[in-house]
Amino acid sequence: MARITVHLWSGLRRLTDGDLESVEVDASTVGEALVAVAAQHPGLEPVLAAGVSVVIDGEVSTSRRQVIQPGSEVYLMQRLKGG
Amino acid sequence: MAKDGFETLKLVGTRPNRPDGLDKVTGRARYGADFSLPGMLWGAVVRSPHAHARIVKIDATKAEALDGVKAVITRADFPTGLTGEDWNLQENTMAGEKALYDGHAVAAVAATSKLLAEQAARLIEVTYEVLPHVIDVDAAMAEGAPVIRAGAADATVPEGLHPNVVRYMEFGRGDVDAGFAEADLVMERTYKTEATHQGYIEPHACVSKMGADGKGEMWVCTQGHWYIRKMSAAVLGIEASQLRVTPTEIGGGFGGKTTIFMEPLSLALSKKAGGRPVKIVMSRSEVLRATGPTASASMDVKIGMTKDGKITAARAEFRMQGGAFPGAPVDMALYCCFAGYKLANVHHVGYDVLANRPKCAAYRAPGSPNGAFAVESLVDEMCRKLGLDPVEVRLKNGVTTGDRASYGPKFGSIGLTEVLEAVKAHPQLQAPLGENQGRGFAVGYWFNHNGETSVSMAIGEDGTAQVSVGTPDIGGSRASIALMVAETLGIPYEDVGVNVVETGALGVNEPTHGSRATFASGKAAVEATQAAIKEMCRRAAAEWDIDDEAVEWVNGAAQPAGPNAGKFPPMSIKEIAGKMGQTGGPISGHHESVPDGVGASFGAHVVDLEVDPETGRVTILRYLVVQDAGRAIHPSYVEGQYQGGAAQGIGWALNEEYVYDDKGRLSNTVFLDYRVPVASDLPMIDTVIVEVPNPGHPFGVRGVGETGITPPLPAIANAIHDAVGVRMTHLPINPPKLLAALKAR
Amino acid sequence: MTKVHVTTTVNGDTVEFLADPRETLLDCLRDHMGLTGSKEGCGTGDCGACSVELDGTLVCSCLVLGVEAEGKTVSTIEGMANGSELHPLQRKFIEHAALQCGFCTPGILVAARKLLEVNPDPTEEETRYWLAGNLCRCTGYDKIIRAVLDAAAEMRQEVA
Repeated sequence: MARITVHLWSGLRRLTDGDLESVEVDASTVGEALVAVAAQHPGLEPVLAAGVSVVIDGEVSTSRRQVIQPGSEVYLMQRLKGG
Repeated sequence: MAKDGFETLKLVGTRPNRPDGLDKVTGRARYGADFSLPGMLWGAVVRSPHAHARIVKIDATKAEALDGVKAVITRADFPTGLTGEDWNLQENTMAGEKALYDGHAVAAVAATSKLLAEQAARLIEVTYEVLPHVIDVDAAMAEGAPVIRAGAADATVPEGLHPNVVRYMEFGRGDVDAGFAEADLVMERTYKTEATHQGYIEPHACVSKMGADGKGEMWVCTQGHWYIRKMSAAVLGIEASQLRVTPTEIGGGFGGKTTIFMEPLSLALSKKAGGRPVKIVMSRSEVLRATGPTASASMDVKIGMTKDGKITAARAEFRMQGGAFPGAPVDMALYCCFAGYKLANVHHVGYDVLANRPKCAAYRAPGSPNGAFAVESLVDEMCRKLGLDPVEVRLKNGVTTGDRASYGPKFGSIGLTEVLEAVKAHPQLQAPLGENQGRGFAVGYWFNHNGETSVSMAIGEDGTAQVSVGTPDIGGSRASIALMVAETLGIPYEDVGVNVVETGALGVNEPTHGSRATFASGKAAVEATQAAIKEMCRRAAAEWDIDDEAVEWVNGAAQPAGPNAGKFPPMSIKEIAGKMGQTGGPISGHHESVPDGVGASFGAHVVDLEVDPETGRVTILRYLVVQDAGRAIHPSYVEGQYQGGAAQGIGWALNEEYVYDDKGRLSNTVFLDYRVPVASDLPMIDTVIVEVPNPGHPFGVRGVGETGITPPLPAIANAIHDAVGVRMTHLPINPPKLLAALKAR
Repeated sequence: MTKVHVTTTVNGDTVEFLADPRETLLDCLRDHMGLTGSKEGCGTGDCGACSVELDGTLVCSCLVLGVEAEGKTVSTIEGMANGSELHPLQRKFIEHAALQCGFCTPGILVAARKLLEVNPDPTEEETRYWLAGNLCRCTGYDKIIRAVLDAAAEMRQEVA
């Protein structure tokens, strides 16, 4: 398990405790990171539950079980799809 | 060519005839409305004539009294207690307390003939209490605007905004004010785009039956039958597993057939009619009034640029309405609008707003064309003001592999630079322009998508292969998937069949959307084929009595891998398949995943056009599409995507829009009035396929379907400015609007 | 409403059906004769997906009543190939990838066949104006026009 920085889009900052631009969590997978983010900041829970895209080092994660390497860049984005 | 490892390809990159071509040129292919069942009833839908009205009473007595009417349904026939997007879908499928837009379904009827069903629908009496309505996005979020639904806003919306604002987002990086202070020129403008329709020529159609055992079957023209299954089940309160959905051939979708409209109504009618199948086919006016238009947008953009063309800061604030439900693609519009630029200081703000219009559906790169219109128009205007070449300014600020995207994360492999260099090299840029003629240029972007994907394939006794995919073929994906499987197996293209199969025959698949079919189903098909190859190698190894690992697959045959493996002649796929019944049974492969390695696609368009100063009519003279395809599996269908996207973008730029009267009723509900481009409106559309292979796909594929609709909107506005010196900031640029601008010049 | 007995010739075959007087020829072709190759894209004569020939005249079958077919000859997409031999237009549409979804294709083929009958050597512009009543939303028309011009060239050579 590693210390990971999860970057939020800034509209989410208000929903964190303390107007944070990013959240530090201990996690080794995408799923663990999301659970940890919601646990630290319950205000984000409904947004995460509604569905977000997790982008790791520039690529949209394809699984909650995807391993996050220490030092990886993690971004939350609105869910991506297309026509 | 030599460096990318694809130099040995035999089939990928060729242009064979598509396997479904014969059926489609002879009228034999079966689309949504072509399907019928014995004992079938016809359904018809009663729709609100009001933009916003309380439904006081629905009286179906007269309709039910007609001989041959078998079922009438209203919202009372649907389960209650749904939440979130399930509730939105249910409410859009059939109005509850209020009709929320002109065309909103309020009741439906099934009868023994189409004419009888239509007659019965007219006899259903609905009493409305008409409410104030709002159509325009800016009006909808202004103080005093009628509230469409209180409490619809999600947790992201700050206090103090109008209740019609249902989602809010804000993101960026750096210090935009400091960035603007560094600029030599700072400009800010407001742009508007109107709602358009995907305009697929095939209206929505389905046949459904639902028996007393609670099991249902549906035949639907759709981009994604697992979505139809999941959404219909949610709306009707049944288990998705009780529904079996078979996709028919599909007559265009462009995103608009990724969701449900009347499909659950046909199921509910069938159930009420004792399980008789019910067919519903929408009319064109129903399609325009009640299915998937795009969002309309009102957009503020501010950009700072130095004298030599470096962008120092950028800010976008977009307001979009997506109808009476949350879901306008304002997030995508913001993500895409600055995606081509390397920016240290950038800020985005977005509002998703309700209005009394149909629930918007996806349309080819949803949001991206709107945002591109605003940003690419302003960049062009600033280039002209500073006397800079617009292509060079894009190159100077353009993102390359590994750069941080304007919306946060870093880009993987991308080919924007290669696209811009190909534009510069193209002869169209040197073509002479006459009086009232102009040239416009713009860049566009789409992320592309992966999505849940399942594919299976089976080796036939004769050494051919049958592939089962779950992504409906809208534009030639059967051909491209067959090419990739044949290439992998080392057998002729004609020996591979690709079938789009129903929900009972495969694991879950997301629709053909997000430019994903050739990428995701193609990648999964190659994986499935590799699994079958492994098994064929194992059969050969057993026959030769050598290790499985000592066998390799080359040119459609198993052979010993190297001299130490043993001396055996290659064993062909026909040989292995011919005796597979005696060597362990049938051979097949399957693959299920959310494929990683999506490759984003940039494109750039150049348009030459002429403005008639007497009428304001714009004639497109020449059109060029340059786009990164990663690798074109079947170049003809890649070109087709480029050309089709350009044509739709040209329509959006010049003609297409939803026109509402003062009562909030849609005024242009037929193709004569909702005018999409016709053959005589367009020239040949020149294409250049740039190939920067996507390392995330076995053949380098990037999705190609969506990016192409994005650049035409600004490219045309930019060309009009070049031709006649007026800057059009509100689409569509139709003759009356352009003539007024010319007169005001 | 009392149905009307209609006798007509479709793709060379004599057929009989009972039509509600309100039904269009397109409805009758599709629902009474099972000829679903002609498509309804609009029902108002704007899209051309239902194009057929009625006594040799190119019409939108959604704008003709079924009862009007009495005693006439109708030719639809289903009759375009000569047995298993495709019409050159059909072949060229496949070769040029002139269809994506294929829904507008039957109507465009029927309309293009008529064009080449009245004008065996059309210019690009003439072809574009002739087909302006046939909407295609997928292709941007480029490959359709190329396929028609190529088929025309091949057919002229066959005649020569």
